[in-house]
Amino acid sequence: MKKILVTLFLILFTSKSFAVVTIDITRGNLEPLPTAISNFYIDNPEKFSEKIKSLKLEENLPKVIKGNLMRSGLFYVLDNKSYIQQPKLSHLKPRFEDWRLIKAQIMVSGKLRIDDKGRLRVEFRLWDVVSAKEIEGLALFATPSSWRRIAHIISDKIYQRLTGEEGYFDTRIIYVAESGPKTQREKKLAIMDQDGANNKFLTLGNELVLTPRFSPNGKMVTYMSYFKNLPRVYLLNIETGIQEVVGDFPGMTFAPRFSPDGRKIIMSFARDGNSDIYTMDIESRRVEQITSNPAIDTSPSFSPDGRFIVFNSDRSGFQQIYTMRSDGRGVKRISRGKGLYGTPVWSPRGDLIAFTKIHKGKFYIGVMRTDGTGERLLTQNFYQEAPSWSPNGRVLIFYRETAGGKKGQGSSAKLWAIDITGYNEVKIKTPTDASDPSWSGLLSK
Amino acid sequence: MYRSLSLSILFHAGIFAITFFTLPFIVKKPIDVPPIISIDLIQISEKTALPFAPKAREIIEKIKEEKERVVTKQAPPKIVKKEKQDAVPMPDQIKKKKPKETDKQNPEEVKDEIRQSSEFEKKELFDPNKIAALIDKSKEETADIQQKQSLEITQDQDSTVSLDKGLTITQEDAIKAQIFKCWNIPLGLPYDEDLTVRVRLKLNKDGSIMSSEILDHVRMNRPGQGFYKVLAESALRAVRLCNPLKMPATGHDKWKDLQLNFDAKEMLRG
Repeated sequence: MKKILVTLFLILFTSKSFAVVTIDITRGNLEPLPTAISNFYIDNPEKFSEKIKSLKLEENLPKVIKGNLMRSGLFYVLDNKSYIQQPKLSHLKPRFEDWRLIKAQIMVSGKLRIDDKGRLRVEFRLWDVVSAKEIEGLALFATPSSWRRIAHIISDKIYQRLTGEEGYFDTRIIYVAESGPKTQREKKLAIMDQDGANNKFLTLGNELVLTPRFSPNGKMVTYMSYFKNLPRVYLLNIETGIQEVVGDFPGMTFAPRFSPDGRKIIMSFARDGNSDIYTMDIESRRVEQITSNPAIDTSPSFSPDGRFIVFNSDRSGFQQIYTMRSDGRGVKRISRGKGLYGTPVWSPRGDLIAFTKIHKGKFYIGVMRTDGTGERLLTQNFYQEAPSWSPNGRVLIFYRETAGGKKGQGSSAKLWAIDITGYNEVKIKTPTDASDPSWSGLLSK
Repeated sequence: MYRSLSLSILFHAGIFAITFFTLPFIVKKPIDVPPIISIDLIQISEKTALPFAPKAREIIEKIKEEKERVVTKQAPPKIVKKEKQDAVPMPDQIKKKKPKETDKQNPEEVKDEIRQSSEFEKKELFDPNKIAALIDKSKEETADIQQKQSLEITQDQDSTVSLDKGLTITQEDAIKAQIFKCWNIPLGLPYDEDLTVRVRLKLNKDGSIMSSEILDHVRMNRPGQGFYKVLAESALRAVRLCNPLKMPATGHDKWKDLQLNFDAKEMLRG
C-alpha cells in the first residue's frame, strides 16, 4: 500500500514539471573560441637586468601562448591592437564591458616579477568575459631563461580549463632532420619544442637514422640506425647522450617503440626474409618472441594499458593491420578497406588507432576504432606517412613529401599536424627537411 | 573437358534462371501512377499548439468583439476566420470538443486571459502619455493573476495547464537557432559519456534573462567531473551571450520558465 501511495505521489509530483518548457540544445558553434591575451605587466621593473629585459617577456610570453592556442584550431586570439584596457588594470580587475566590446569571450592577463632569489615569477589569470568572473589563476616560478616552458604550461592550463581535455603544448618532438641531395641524404636526429623552437641536433649525421620514438617519460629515445651497414635498434639517453645497441640479435632489427610503462622495447627482427615481433626488457635484457608467422610482421605499437599490441602484417597476402594480446595470442585482423595499411599507432586515449593507407597510388593518414570500425581518412597526398599522437590523443603529427623531378630534385619533406576531426592541418616549421616525427608525453608530468 | 564445360554452362544457366524468376526488378511491371493528393499549406504553429488553439480563437474573437465596440475604424481586419477554414478540418473538429468541456470546469482561467489580452489591445488606442501607467497596471494585474493561479491550482487544473504550456515547434526552433549561434562547444569533451547540462531560465517579458541556474550544480564541483564543469560553464556562457533572447511577443506565461538541455554528444561524434 505504501508503495502505491509513493508511486502515486511521484506521478502527481512529476506531472507538475511539465509546466516548464524544455528545449534540447543539441547543436552549437564549432568556431574557434574568441580569446584575448593581454600583454603581461612587469611588477618590479627595477629588478629586471638588461639581459632579462632584452627577452621582452611581457610581449613574448603572451605571444608564445597565442601561437599555441591559435595552432590548436580551437581558439581565435584577437589582435592586440583592438584591446582597450591597460595590461596592469586588466590583470587586477578587468572591465568586462571593454572586452565584450571586441567580442572576446575569454581573456588572459598576467604579471611578471623577479623575486629575491632572482627567479622569474609569472602569475596568470583566466577570465570568463561573458560571465564576468575569474575561472583560473596560477603562479609559476622558473629561471628566466626557461620562460618558454612557462608559456607552454600556461597554454596547457588554459586549454584544459576550456576544452576539458589535457593540453599538449609542454611537449617536444623528435624527428629526422634531412639535408643534401636525394641520392646522398644526410640524416640526423633532431629534437625541438612542439612549436618548433629550441631545435637541437642529437647525432652528427655520419650514420643513417630512422624512426626515432620517445619513451613515455621523454628522457630516452629509441631509433634505428645503420652502423657499419647493419641496421639495428638503438637506445639514446637525451640527458647524458649515451647510446647503446638494443639486444644482440643476429640480424636486422627495426621499427622500435617503447611499451607504455617504459620498461620494454617492442620491435621487428628480420632473418631470412621473414620478420617477427619481439620485445626486450631494458633492464634485464630478456628477449621475448611475440609472433611467429612466415609473413612479415612489423610496426608494433602497444595499447596505453599495455594489454594489446597493434601491428601490420602481410599474412593475408596484402599488408593489413592486426591486433593481438600482449602475449601474442588472439590475433585479429581489423583493417577491412581496400588498399594497403601500415604504421599503426595506438592513441594514448586508447580509443583510436592511427595509420597510413596506400590506395591507388595515393597516401592517406587516417584513424579507426580499435576494432577496425569507423575508419576515417583525415588527409590525402602524394606521399605522407608515420603518424604520431599528441599526448592527449587529439592531434596527429606526420611527415609529407612533395613530388620532385625524376631524380627527386626539388622535392621536400616537412612535418605536418592535423586534428583528428580532419580539420586544422598545419605545417610545423623546421630549419631543414624533416621526417619520422615522434611526439613526447607532457614534460611537466 | 567437355563434361566440365557443359556442367559449368548448365550451372550458370541455372543461376541465371533463378535470378530471373526471383529478383523482382527484372520483371517489368507498369509503374503505378500514384493518385493525386491535394496539399494545403498550413501554418505549422496551428498544428503544434493544438490544445491552445481553440481557446485562443475564442479569446481572439472576444477581443475582436470588444474592439468593434470600442473603435471599428482602427481595428485591422483579422484573418482569424480564414485561418479556421484553411486548417485541416478533421483534427481541429475533434479537438474542439475537448477544450470546451474543460472550459466549463474552470472558466475562471480563461477569463483572466481575456482580461489581460484585452488590456493589451486597448493600450494601443489610448494616448501615449498614459502608457507608462498602463504598463504598471498590467504588471499588477499579471502579478495578481499569477498569485491566483498558484493558489487555486488543483490537480485537474494543473494537468490542463500543462497542456496549454509549451511552445509551437516554430517558436522552439527560433529559440534553438539563437542558442546554437551562441554556444561554443568545448571540443575536448568525451563523446561516450552522458553529459547533459540542464539550465533553468526565468525570463522577463522582453526576453531578457531574470535568472539562470544549472540544475545539477552539485555535479559540477564533484571531483572527477571536470568535463561536466567545462560543459556547464560553456552552456552558461551561451545563455548569457544570447541575452536577451528574442521571444514571441505574446504568451509570456508559456515561456517565462524555460529549461534548456545542452547535449554536445551529437556534435562531438561528428
